[in-house]
Amino acid sequence: MKVAVLRFPGTNCEFDTQYAFEKLGHKTELVWHEETVLPEDIDLVVVPGGFSYGDYLRSGSIARFAPVMKAVKAYADNGGKVLGICNGFQILTEAGMLPGALKRNNNLHFISKHQTLCVVNNENAFLNKCEKGEILNIPIAHADGNYYIDEESLAQMEANGQILLRYSDAEGNRVVVNGSVTSIAGVCNETKNVFGLMPHPERAMESILGSEDGIRMLQGFEA
Amino acid sequence: MKIIVNVFLKEGVLDPQGKAAHHALHSLGFEGVNDVRIGKQIVLDIDASDKAEAEAKVKEMAETLLANTVIEDYAIEIA
Repeated sequence: MKVAVLRFPGTNCEFDTQYAFEKLGHKTELVWHEETVLPEDIDLVVVPGGFSYGDYLRSGSIARFAPVMKAVKAYADNGGKVLGICNGFQILTEAGMLPGALKRNNNLHFISKHQTLCVVNNENAFLNKCEKGEILNIPIAHADGNYYIDEESLAQMEANGQILLRYSDAEGNRVVVNGSVTSIAGVCNETKNVFGLMPHPERAMESILGSEDGIRMLQGFEA
Repeated sequence: MKIIVNVFLKEGVLDPQGKAAHHALHSLGFEGVNDVRIGKQIVLDIDASDKAEAEAKVKEMAETLLANTVIEDYAIEIA
């Protein structure tokens, strides 16, 4: 598999993301935000975490207009798989490639810790190596992770299996972490080829660093 | 021409910063504060021949970039 990893001014998770996919035996290529075309023969585009353009105005609001995003949108419209992690999730919602928006955490703090997540849906190109209801231990690190979606759209997303992950305790009960609607931590688009989540699977690749649950998540794209 | 765009979270979308400030005002003994909403004020200086043209231009800017209309409303004020 070949993975394109985008890089904006202020991105800071691009090397962790490369490390994660290379550990799984895949090729990766960094793509600068000014590029207008994506590398050939890629199987996945990752929009990694960080603070693109200093999070000015709103997180992700400026990055979505970077030249490379036109190519990413065209790639996704053509059925290509795109994964946004943390700031990448914010960029994809700002770009309208994923439903909803990410607001300031309800406690106004930057939250950085390991967090248990419950897998809500696994019938997709991302979480197919995880079990439905499985609890994953993945780090979170964000100030704007408070997912908002209106009730009507939420019902449609639930019916269509677009809710991927929720913040939970070790038993799978929802917990309030940042104020997200129904504790949502990750979603996908209607056609299930664009994925976004606030937690960082690329930081959960080594048990010595606290968790390797990210491996099963990212391996999903191999299928 | 000077144009002001005020951006606020929509009614019904919880404003965590407003809520925190509201709580702080209450803790400081300020009474009778029913609600606090915190938004952004964006001040633009643009070239436009008249107010209508300015407003149309800024409306497009607000819809495209300045506000995220999934969660925010905006109001344009011509100074």
